[in-house]
Amino acid sequence: MTVTLEQTIAKRQHSWSSSLLSSQTFWVTIAILCAGVFLSLETSAFLTPQNLFNITRNFTFTAIIALGMTFVIITGGIDLSVGSVLCLCSMVIATTMHAGAPIEVGILAALLAGLAIGLFNGVLVAYLGFPSFVVTLGMLSAARSFAMIASNNMTVFQFGPDHDKLLFLGGGSVHLLGVTVSLPVIYTLVLAAITGFILRWTRFGRHVFAIGGNEQAATLAGIPVKPIKVAVFMISAGSAAIAGIVETGWLGAVTTNLGTGMELQVIAAAVIGGASLIGGAGTALGALVGALLIEIVRNSMGLLGINPFWQGTVIGLAILVAVAFERVRQLRFKD
Amino acid sequence: MAVLELDNISKHFGAIRALHDVSLSLEPGEVVGLMGDNGAGKSTLVKMIAGNFLPSTGNMRMDGKEIVLHRPVDARRHGIEIVHQDLALCNNLTAAANVFLGRELRKGVGPFSVLDYQGMYRRAGELFGDLKSETRPRDLIKQMSGGQRQAVAIARTMLSQAKIVLMDEPTAAISVRQVAEVLNHIKHLRDQGIAIVLISHRMPDVFTVGDRVVVLRRGRKVADKRIAQSSPEEVTGLITGAIEQA
Repeated sequence: MTVTLEQTIAKRQHSWSSSLLSSQTFWVTIAILCAGVFLSLETSAFLTPQNLFNITRNFTFTAIIALGMTFVIITGGIDLSVGSVLCLCSMVIATTMHAGAPIEVGILAALLAGLAIGLFNGVLVAYLGFPSFVVTLGMLSAARSFAMIASNNMTVFQFGPDHDKLLFLGGGSVHLLGVTVSLPVIYTLVLAAITGFILRWTRFGRHVFAIGGNEQAATLAGIPVKPIKVAVFMISAGSAAIAGIVETGWLGAVTTNLGTGMELQVIAAAVIGGASLIGGAGTALGALVGALLIEIVRNSMGLLGINPFWQGTVIGLAILVAVAFERVRQLRFKD
Repeated sequence: MAVLELDNISKHFGAIRALHDVSLSLEPGEVVGLMGDNGAGKSTLVKMIAGNFLPSTGNMRMDGKEIVLHRPVDARRHGIEIVHQDLALCNNLTAAANVFLGRELRKGVGPFSVLDYQGMYRRAGELFGDLKSETRPRDLIKQMSGGQRQAVAIARTMLSQAKIVLMDEPTAAISVRQVAEVLNHIKHLRDQGIAIVLISHRMPDVFTVGDRVVVLRRGRKVADKRIAQSSPEEVTGLITGAIEQA
């Protein structure tokens, strides 16, 4: 009976190794590495600087939104409107710049449009008690329609005096340690670091988890539950706006089809990365590796010459495996 | 001197009289068992002390000064803490995170301050140690027994200098061994000079740790006496109405 306080405090339920082994992010990372090794051996096209450059750039748009979506999912909500919001914000920056505005104004307008939509979603969910599924389903429809109204359903590909700046913002690249890295990758990594920091080291992040774990308890503990719920929808829509701005620069043209169905890919990324749709769990790193896995599936099936119609099946399987993994962990806790 | 005094408190919701002219005083370091059948007004009384709603008439005094509790945070600021029946814990967070929920410790300067994990683990560990509980600060709530969860909920009330702790059915739905654990926690709080209101359906609990028993029936206080001068039979009679008043 000489267990000191220090020992009790230091006592962990799991050692580092076993908590690593029970982390979904870890296993998805392993899956990505295995796929990478397999693909490098199987096809010479995979492990080329150009292909890796493409993969890392292509996954960023899903990844950026998955980071924002992670906040909503942790609180136990869902945001189905992100694909349409991405399209709307792309259209906002495209049309304002097309009309002659400088790039700063275009970016600001697109961000404000995204945040305004997030505010609307959040207020309906938090203060009026609407289910987030329904509110954002409505917004999925409405935001794309706004984009069509804003552009008269035309493709915009002339971005005014700052045209080249916008194309560089989304399509540019930098050389880091002898490797060519596309700018969107840099943005994604910075946003992931910020997301990870907020979730782990701030009160706001702690409260986001608390709301997802037990909203009633969070309210009783004096946590400002409603403002936080509004904030997470603004973060989600804001991340869709950022992805929209960057994607506009990369594509060099915006159509009103942009981001169609993207919400499901984003949610898939978050879930594969360990976010729980019942709330209370999720990480920034998980969102990144989830998005990366999806992009590698897409990329590799093309390289291996497999009929691209199978992509949906493989991604669907990955989601089921991720959820099965979560189930197994829950069953283990019950013992 | 009484830490809390209620003077002729009444509460009605429309035509329904939930409480009628209830007066009550709590001394520091005293455990008061609050008993009564369902609908007798126990939770109305407790919710009023916890700041969930204001009395219709009557007033409350704390340390002799009149207080008005508009919201639960007001009650907390005055040193009134509550352990809810369902404990109100977040299963996905650690014991320490739950103890500090809404009152997280931070270190650093201004906008650069971050959550102080070490500080919270340490303080939570000390509180569990004080409670003689085996609860570990880093454990997740979802992996804990009912008794350990109670310890977390009780440790939360010890974080600030609470004067009054309201406990709503703390021994409902836990095992016999854990009941003993929880009763020990209550004694520990009492020894620190905290006044405790114990709402319970379980007669043995009230007679084990209680100093006084207060019985409500249909919104009126029908008994308020020392445990030593009462008996479970008498209290049962008071609750059911077989005994009119004591």
